[in-house]
Amino acid sequence: MAMAAVETGRYHRSYASELRLWNTTPQRVRMIVLAVVLIVLPLVLDNYWMALVNTALIAAIGAIGLNVLVGFTGQISLGQGGFLAVGAFTSAILTDRAGVPAPLSIMGAVLLTAAVGMIFGLPALRLKGLYLAIATLASQTVIVFVVRRWDWLTEGEGFVDVMRLEVFGFSLSRANFDQQWYIILAVITILAALTATNLFRTGVGRSFMAIRDQDIAASAIGVNLTRAKITAFGVSNGFVGLAGALMAHYTEIISWERFTLDVSILYLAMIIVGGLGSVAGAIYGAIFITFLPVFSRMLADELGGVAPVLSDQLPAFEHAIFGLTIIIFLIFEPKGLNRIWQRIKEYFRFWPFRY
Amino acid sequence: MRTRAYQHSLSGSTLPPGETLLRVSDLSLRFGGVKALTDININVESGNIHAVIGPNGAGKSSLLNCVSGLYKPTEGTVTLRQQAKGRQGLSPEGEAGEIDEKVVSRLAPHKVARLGVARSFQNIELFDQLSVLDNIMLGRHIHLLKDPFMAMLWFGPAKRQEIRHRELVEEVIHLLKLQEYRNQPVGALSYGIQKRVELGRALAMQPALLLLDEPMAGMNSEEKEDMARYILDIHELAGVSVVLIEHDMNVVMDISDRVTVLDFGKIIGDGTPAEVMANPRVVEAYLGAGD
Repeated sequence: MAMAAVETGRYHRSYASELRLWNTTPQRVRMIVLAVVLIVLPLVLDNYWMALVNTALIAAIGAIGLNVLVGFTGQISLGQGGFLAVGAFTSAILTDRAGVPAPLSIMGAVLLTAAVGMIFGLPALRLKGLYLAIATLASQTVIVFVVRRWDWLTEGEGFVDVMRLEVFGFSLSRANFDQQWYIILAVITILAALTATNLFRTGVGRSFMAIRDQDIAASAIGVNLTRAKITAFGVSNGFVGLAGALMAHYTEIISWERFTLDVSILYLAMIIVGGLGSVAGAIYGAIFITFLPVFSRMLADELGGVAPVLSDQLPAFEHAIFGLTIIIFLIFEPKGLNRIWQRIKEYFRFWPFRY
Repeated sequence: MRTRAYQHSLSGSTLPPGETLLRVSDLSLRFGGVKALTDININVESGNIHAVIGPNGAGKSSLLNCVSGLYKPTEGTVTLRQQAKGRQGLSPEGEAGEIDEKVVSRLAPHKVARLGVARSFQNIELFDQLSVLDNIMLGRHIHLLKDPFMAMLWFGPAKRQEIRHRELVEEVIHLLKLQEYRNQPVGALSYGIQKRVELGRALAMQPALLLLDEPMAGMNSEEKEDMARYILDIHELAGVSVVLIEHDMNVVMDISDRVTVLDFGKIIGDGTPAEVMANPRVVEAYLGAGD
């Protein structure tokens, strides 16, 4: 086989072939490798690691949603936690109390979160940057307040117990719980990544990016800023609602503590570390941020003999690692993991030359 | 190059040459006590390159902003005249119909754009992180579907539309010789190329009227010649009517069919380049013959 340095000399005979997502042999090989890894994962990992993988997949869907808004449209949102709560509570209540089948209630959660997102997106029509961040902080606070204080939601218990997921009469088993969830989540994450990618290779998505780069010029070429921004809030929070609903059914218990401002910041960290304005970046970031505390805990254990203080002060150590990571990314690679991965690919593409 | 037949007409206007395309009537613009524009009356004829000149602060850009909807004039109206036609598609050739007058002043910028008024900016306002291709594709925005669900589905209308509009965009790229920059992010390109990309983005709208705000500002004479050539190509090959703001008198006198001179927000001269050159008020105020 010709070595992988074959991304040069790419010729297209039609626009359709140029628009394909995977054009070159290395791209196709990478996709096959990825597919194999995805299939092998549940066979080799134990329940502890599968649970982490599942958490990362749910986070990836939420991060894709946030990146649609922040990375692609340039509208800062601190309301991620609140919107996750809308998705989670909607789906949980629909299945548990109204008896709606889970797939339908998840779709309902997506639509309702999108609608709520569009309403809380209204300040974006007048505000930009930091001012918008503060306005979305209000949505975070308002939603979490409602979830905490509205007794009807949690029937006065402060939390909602969600029953075991049942899809088309098929109930998940106790023994293979995480493996079965993995299949569901992997499929949904792939679909979410594909739909988001599709959005940004068409006119609608391009108009979002136009608003991010130059909103005055965008209006001068005919982009209706009001409509485009509200659409971006809707689409973005549709993904976030999906993540929230999946979180509810996967963890089987939800309460307001899971949706605080910390969560919003964590998701912002994911897309910054992964790469703003990139679907793949959102996924890398979600995986990275989900596994970061796990690996810092392992590191602390490893260093236990040398520096027992790390294990004793584990929460502080985790926070320090988290903060340090964000700072390192902001300084050395503001475009995140996605850009690092692109650079690695470029290195091999041009090898043995430097550029 | 000149004989190459383009499949798509890049002009969105079907008005016969010589008809009034844009009428500015008694337009005034005040910011508090500052009178940026006073009683401006201009007729832009279809098929012309109409230059607006004047010293710094004369109100040229303010006038353009009033037309494209970024400023709301204090008094007066701007009217766009178009021949009524069927649905605006890729090739806006329709039956010769009645002439339709639309007041564009005080409309939101995106609505003015939808009526067929495209513009470029004095300080380049491109979408920096996007490629040249994406920037020019964005010029097609008013002709594209806005349905996010179709977009996320990709297969079907969204994909077909990307391919169909790409064909026209490639003609714009060819006309402006931007082929080699097609996939580069515009933020990394040189100033002259960026100006050309901005021209391409406006042209991809298939505008009835193209407003160019100092397309040659900050260029050396060679780049200016190139840009003048592209503007003439757009005018002659693509048949687009142009309103041009420019400082360089040589360029203006060479390429425009009609010139309007502004000074302190008022019109002090209007006519063919030769008439304007001979107008003593213009000579005094702008050409600085007194120096």
